[in-house]
Amino acid sequence: MPKPLIIAENIMKWFPITRGLKGALQRLPVIYARAVDNISFTIYQGETFAMVGESGSGKTTTGRLLLKLLDLTGGEAYYGSIPLSKLSGNPLKAFRRQAQMIFQDPYSSLDPRFTIGASLEEPLIIHKITKSDEERKELVAKILEDVRMIPPEEYTWRFPHQLSGGQRQRIAIARALMLRPKFIVADEPVSMLDVSIRAEILELMRSLKEKYNLTYLYITHDLSTARFIANRIAVLYLGKIVELGNADDVIEDPLHPYTQALVAAVPEPDPELRFKLKEIKVVGEIPSSVFIPPGCRFHPRCPYVMDICKKVEPQLVEIKPNHYVACHLYSGNKLYEEVVKNEKAANVRQI
Amino acid sequence: MLLEIRNLKTYFFTSRGIVKAVDDVSLSLDEGQVLGLAGESGCGKSTLAYSIIRLIPPPGLTVGGKILFENTDILELDNDTFRKEYRMKKISMVFQGAMQALTPVYTVGEQLYEVFKYHMDVNYDEAKSLMEEQLKSVALDPSIMRRYPHELSGGQKQRVMIAMALLLKPKLVIADEPTTALDVIVQAQILNLLKQLQSKYGTSMILISHDLSIIAELADKVGIMYAGKLVEIAPALDIYKDPLHPYTQKLLKSIPRLKQKVEKLEFIPGVPPDLRNPPSGCRFHPRCPYVMDICKKVEPQLVEIKPNHYVACHLYSEGGKR
Repeated sequence: MPKPLIIAENIMKWFPITRGLKGALQRLPVIYARAVDNISFTIYQGETFAMVGESGSGKTTTGRLLLKLLDLTGGEAYYGSIPLSKLSGNPLKAFRRQAQMIFQDPYSSLDPRFTIGASLEEPLIIHKITKSDEERKELVAKILEDVRMIPPEEYTWRFPHQLSGGQRQRIAIARALMLRPKFIVADEPVSMLDVSIRAEILELMRSLKEKYNLTYLYITHDLSTARFIANRIAVLYLGKIVELGNADDVIEDPLHPYTQALVAAVPEPDPELRFKLKEIKVVGEIPSSVFIPPGCRFHPRCPYVMDICKKVEPQLVEIKPNHYVACHLYSGNKLYEEVVKNEKAANVRQI
Repeated sequence: MLLEIRNLKTYFFTSRGIVKAVDDVSLSLDEGQVLGLAGESGCGKSTLAYSIIRLIPPPGLTVGGKILFENTDILELDNDTFRKEYRMKKISMVFQGAMQALTPVYTVGEQLYEVFKYHMDVNYDEAKSLMEEQLKSVALDPSIMRRYPHELSGGQKQRVMIAMALLLKPKLVIADEPTTALDVIVQAQILNLLKQLQSKYGTSMILISHDLSIIAELADKVGIMYAGKLVEIAPALDIYKDPLHPYTQKLLKSIPRLKQKVEKLEFIPGVPPDLRNPPSGCRFHPRCPYVMDICKKVEPQLVEIKPNHYVACHLYSEGGKR
């Protein structure tokens, strides 16, 4: 059994919504956006843990909480055995060396006035890792080779605007690796890139993981890249984990109706599969995390909604070995199986 | 034939040289047909679209070629005629990035009405029922007309954009990356909607995307662009089942697939060329795995290799080696 690297125990992040002067004078209650609402999971050493969900599901907030870029509202997250909420001063600085982030948008995450070399050297200077300029230049050259920016001398003096999107994202990865971290949060690292470049970046992330023994938290809204890179997948909806399991299980046998919709919604590069898209039964869009529906958060969009869903919030339960789902359909179980079977038969006839 | 583009050239005259964004592209589109245009960013697919609707921003200029729309060369028309008779009325566009495409200071109703105001002699009340009907057709509640864009979600904004493009029942709709920045489920909803509307009105469509799996959902015919050139064009099934150009083959193989577990993804090494100074011969030759001597010198022409399947590649010249 691999050792846990990150443990999240009932972590929460609520953002207060400003009431305005009038609201404050009238002493209106403070309203919160419950971005991450009481979730628990463990990330093991050396694995890639994917967090999948639509925008507004709280996946980015979770990533930031685990890096202590945001403070927890409740619960506790541990890095190894260190509780993150207690970190400050020098131990916090040491933690920053261990845990790094790759941001979504390579067009805005690099300082336009810094050369690539300067951007990459900065963490070394802040953490006082190198003694001489030569040593620093050497480390920068080495990391550029690692992210396949070859020859490195050609890129150290360039500015971000002289690079393509894919190259910029490789620099962003290089910068995250500069301090030899153990844990990396990759927040949608390929969603801004062309499909043809995604493959290259994903391959690179995978080989770097082997080389430097990294652990990734991979945040995405795209199940197909998650399947390629991740060992386990957690599906988030409105600040809650609705399904959690091995990547293959979650995608080949999705249990939660939301996951099923996510899987069905992914377009495939095959014109013969066109009719498949018509099966999407989930309606509407994700609501705001300020007005979270009572009971199961997904019930207003769920095609299989029952009375109980509107009242009682379902818990994350292990339905199959290592495959967890939070859905009332599985509490009684048999009824659900029938629904799905009929549904499948109907679809076969349709096509 | 609804639209025929002959040897279109759109260049950008920048201070650092001429960028040949669209360079000698020819293609045609029948009534009711959906053409998908794919390629990496910077390949000129959006510029081609903006050339058709004549919205190329300076320093860009269409310097050569013909765009025949119902046998009229729309490049010959003066601006006023084109604006009055063609744009929105016969050719309309769903712009990339619905998030920014709507004016934040006007309500949805006012923005939709503006289309009528310019093209038809109707007042707001007369136009209202037409707008309501159009909003219903994109599955929006007509009460949305009183709302401002910031009150809408991304999917709703995109639906408004589609409603607007279809208001005057144009014959051709250009959709430029209509689903980027939308979540997967919303993306699927929008693609389904486009599919429905396209078959309901029989509108011709040009769908532009860098993602071949989105194009697979809608297109009857697919064109692949690379560095300002059209390198392959064929019926959709042929492109996906039997891609001929090495670039198309690579593009298809680099897509991460959901339903298949892949151990290693293929990708195209290198970057697209600088269009101010494109490579000699075939523009893809520095990245091509099958590169030959001739590729570096002679530019390949688009040739019909199989019925309706055109490709510009030396591998298939002289009887076709492969």
